[in-house]
Amino acid sequence: MPLTSWSMPASDAVIDGGFAIYVHWPFCLAKCPYCDFNSHVRERIDEASWRDALLAELAHYAGRVGKRVVNSIFFGGGTPSLMSPASVEAVIDAVGKHWSFADDVEITLEANPTSVEAEKFAGFAQAGVNRVSMGIQALNDADLKALGREHSVREALVALEIGRQHFKRLSFDLIYTRPDQTPDAWAAELEQALALSAGHLSLYQLTIEEGTAFHTAWRNGRLQLPDDDCAAELYDLTQEMTAAAGLPAYEISNHARLGEESRHNLVYWRYGDYVGVGPGAHGRLTIDGKRFATAQRHKPEGWLEAVQSRGHGSVEDAIISNRESAEEMVMMGLRLAEGLDLNRLQAVAGEALSTLIDQQQLAHLEQQGLVVQRDHRLVATEQGRLVLNALTAALLTDA
Amino acid sequence: MTDQTHIRNFSVIAHIDHGKSTLSDRLIQYCDGLTDREMKEQVLDNMDIERERGITIKAQTVRLNYKAKDGETYQLNLMDTPGHVDFAYEVSRSLAACEGSILVVDASQGVEAQTLANVYQAIDNDHEIVPVLNKIDLPAADPDRVREQIEDVVGLDATDAIEVSAKTGIGVEDLLEAIVERLPAPPPVEDSAPLKALLVDSWYDTYLGVVILVRVIEGTLKKGQRIKMMDAGTDHTAERVGIFTPKTEVTGELKAGEMGFITAAIKEVADTHVGDTITDYRNPTPEPLPGFKPNQPVVFCGLFPTDASDFEELRESLGKLRLNDASFEFETETSAALGFGFRCGFLGLLHLEIIQERLEREFNLELITTAPSVVYRVHMTDGTMVEMHNPADMPELVKISHMEEPWIKATILVPDDYLGAVLKLCEDRRGQQIELTYAGTRAMLVYRLPLNEVVFDFYDRLKSVSRGYASFDYYIEDYVEGNLVKMSILVNGDEVDALATIVHRDRAESRGRGMVEKLKEIIPRQLFKIALQAGIGGKIIARATIGALRKDVTAKCYGGDITRKKKLLEKQKEGKKRMRSVGKVDIPQEAFIAALKMDD
Repeated sequence: MPLTSWSMPASDAVIDGGFAIYVHWPFCLAKCPYCDFNSHVRERIDEASWRDALLAELAHYAGRVGKRVVNSIFFGGGTPSLMSPASVEAVIDAVGKHWSFADDVEITLEANPTSVEAEKFAGFAQAGVNRVSMGIQALNDADLKALGREHSVREALVALEIGRQHFKRLSFDLIYTRPDQTPDAWAAELEQALALSAGHLSLYQLTIEEGTAFHTAWRNGRLQLPDDDCAAELYDLTQEMTAAAGLPAYEISNHARLGEESRHNLVYWRYGDYVGVGPGAHGRLTIDGKRFATAQRHKPEGWLEAVQSRGHGSVEDAIISNRESAEEMVMMGLRLAEGLDLNRLQAVAGEALSTLIDQQQLAHLEQQGLVVQRDHRLVATEQGRLVLNALTAALLTDA
Repeated sequence: MTDQTHIRNFSVIAHIDHGKSTLSDRLIQYCDGLTDREMKEQVLDNMDIERERGITIKAQTVRLNYKAKDGETYQLNLMDTPGHVDFAYEVSRSLAACEGSILVVDASQGVEAQTLANVYQAIDNDHEIVPVLNKIDLPAADPDRVREQIEDVVGLDATDAIEVSAKTGIGVEDLLEAIVERLPAPPPVEDSAPLKALLVDSWYDTYLGVVILVRVIEGTLKKGQRIKMMDAGTDHTAERVGIFTPKTEVTGELKAGEMGFITAAIKEVADTHVGDTITDYRNPTPEPLPGFKPNQPVVFCGLFPTDASDFEELRESLGKLRLNDASFEFETETSAALGFGFRCGFLGLLHLEIIQERLEREFNLELITTAPSVVYRVHMTDGTMVEMHNPADMPELVKISHMEEPWIKATILVPDDYLGAVLKLCEDRRGQQIELTYAGTRAMLVYRLPLNEVVFDFYDRLKSVSRGYASFDYYIEDYVEGNLVKMSILVNGDEVDALATIVHRDRAESRGRGMVEKLKEIIPRQLFKIALQAGIGGKIIARATIGALRKDVTAKCYGGDITRKKKLLEKQKEGKKRMRSVGKVDIPQEAFIAALKMDD
């Protein structure tokens, strides 16, 4: 069946994906061996100047995008729970001043499950944070140690309990497909996680990223990961168990009870607009009907210096083509269980979908049960999502 | 009578790496052919590939003036000949231009199979042969053992073999003396005889056009002379006549017994036939020289541009290469899997590799090479015979009466320790043992083998089972009827034309199995299951399955990951472009050749 669509102005289509603010706090107490995020360990920092710089960038972007309704703010890192509640509050207030909040605005902060940070939860809640995402990563101490985490299971469970007292919405992360992890061991751990869950879980398969300590160990043969067949088995098991527990996957690695999805991350996956402030943060913005990609300077100190001298740390702020936007939208949208809105894709692409998406491949992949089309949406099936990289490459035609 | 008593024409026979070029350089230097400044290492090998691989593709000559101990000055014409079996005919013509040879053997390595073949050719040409033991300065040199080997294996008296070191210069004078004393001068000829010269080789020079290397047998070749090529049936006017010292030196004439070059405003090497007889246009010699053979490619393969838009460039490049090498041929070929390309014929596998490498290196082309095929003679039921260069051209079975394939006679020299493995390899390849003899700790094997079993990877396998110690040489002996079938490879039910091969019926199952297993290794997992099958005329004889890709997804992908994720997507799309798709299956380029390189 050919793809069908009806026309809609490009800017409206993107706005339909929502508007969000991402705030990057680049500092951690220790660098985890699997992590390739922009995170750094510093002996001490002058928090006020970092906060001021974030505020300056917010003001800079407020000038670029104009009035919008904010659906979400997300404090990511690094470890933003190392910020003082006062700094968090200052950022939230600034966002409210520049733009306006949606009634159901979601304000998430990533936190490490340690006692020190749990003590600050009341302050964060007071500052306006209404959702926390905790990096618990494993529910057994041996694996936590292997993953280089600084907390114990016991500590994490206490922090989780405190979190639940202060925040109605709470999520935590686990990493699976760890070295030597058996399906039975993972099933037991996941069952425990589902029992502890407050409606949202992020379950990531361990990935070896270049430039990490794990990458070095893996390259030297000191670290071995389960093979793809085994990883696929663990993935399938995860889908089954979470669905049975009422927290089905709504994205490749994210599971939620209906309505408990991360609204912030949905903005990314639905390819809405988002401002990114802080070192290394990225944004996608629609301004006067044009799509802009923004990126801030990566190295924290370099970023701080740039903001202090010229009001922002942007190293990229350029229009991207309709074609590129459309490809990004496909890449992101197919991650979702709800799939991709083809009407919006058509509007963003500005070209016939039949030239963007290889129709022969599409028909073939539908036959293989990897994608389906329904209600003007293109959806990767559970099986398709597990091979999404290859699937996306197969679907997109050469420009 | 022309005085030829002070001329010595000799060729140098040696195995690769036994120091032929270095020794030639040393002789040139000793006779003041070049100053030290002009002396580049191995001046005789002009092309990059020749220099890197240490092999000579084109014959070359150098005239040396040597003042011997008897006080007389001699004209020594050194002939550097191609040293590989693929160029056996060129070698035979180079040898025919000389009266003697020096046989260079590495004093630490001993005689190799390839040397043997060339020595036998020299003997066939009635050459006097002076054995030379090179690299005598090496600690591992064992001249007595190698002398013994030359006598046992080659059958030459090596008592008076000259010991030299081309590297240090030891023994070079002794060698020059031996050339003067032991090699014969050209036979005397009548002064009045008309011009009769051998066309030894030719090459293309950007400024001069085609340069022809000649050996004058009778008469004189002069500047301005109108000459006739007897086989080609063409006539030209000699523009430049001269010699190499190795620098080009115009002399205006070449007398009987001498070697040198001529140019005659000829545009293409293809217009000059190696082995042709050059004579005077008005006063031709009654009989051409014996031994001329037209050029015959024996190995064929398809060459396709990786990027389809390079097709015209490939055609141009092949044309340019052919300007200087008339021994390969090409014609357009169309493949469903690979698109437009060329079916090319070569003198042998090395020749194929050289052309392929030159296309990639000198013309910057990326190529897909299909499996080499030999020339089959297909006898039809209507009594006609067609030569088949491409398995895709196989006629319908009902129209075929029978098929013949070329067989070779191969000589293999191998240390005792690896004899068993080499025997097994030959037997596995349908070989028939003719001879097995021992010389010291080495065995000499003579086998008859079908060429189609040799063209795929026989040489690689031989090197691998003998840890590089076996040496190998062959020539095509005859055509023999064989139970040959076309084996097709199907990917998800679609036949891949470029993977079809002709195999012996008895070998079909094992080769089919080998191929599908190899393809299973080479073709990456894809979004769906892939069925690989080998079949003969609709009957499946081997199969393998590549399971669908199980997992290929980025676990974390948020707002900040888009850019990096997009790079991954670009890489994936780029990778796809480098593959050929058959049906929906993406096949990596190397599959088209690697599938045939199987471990037995």
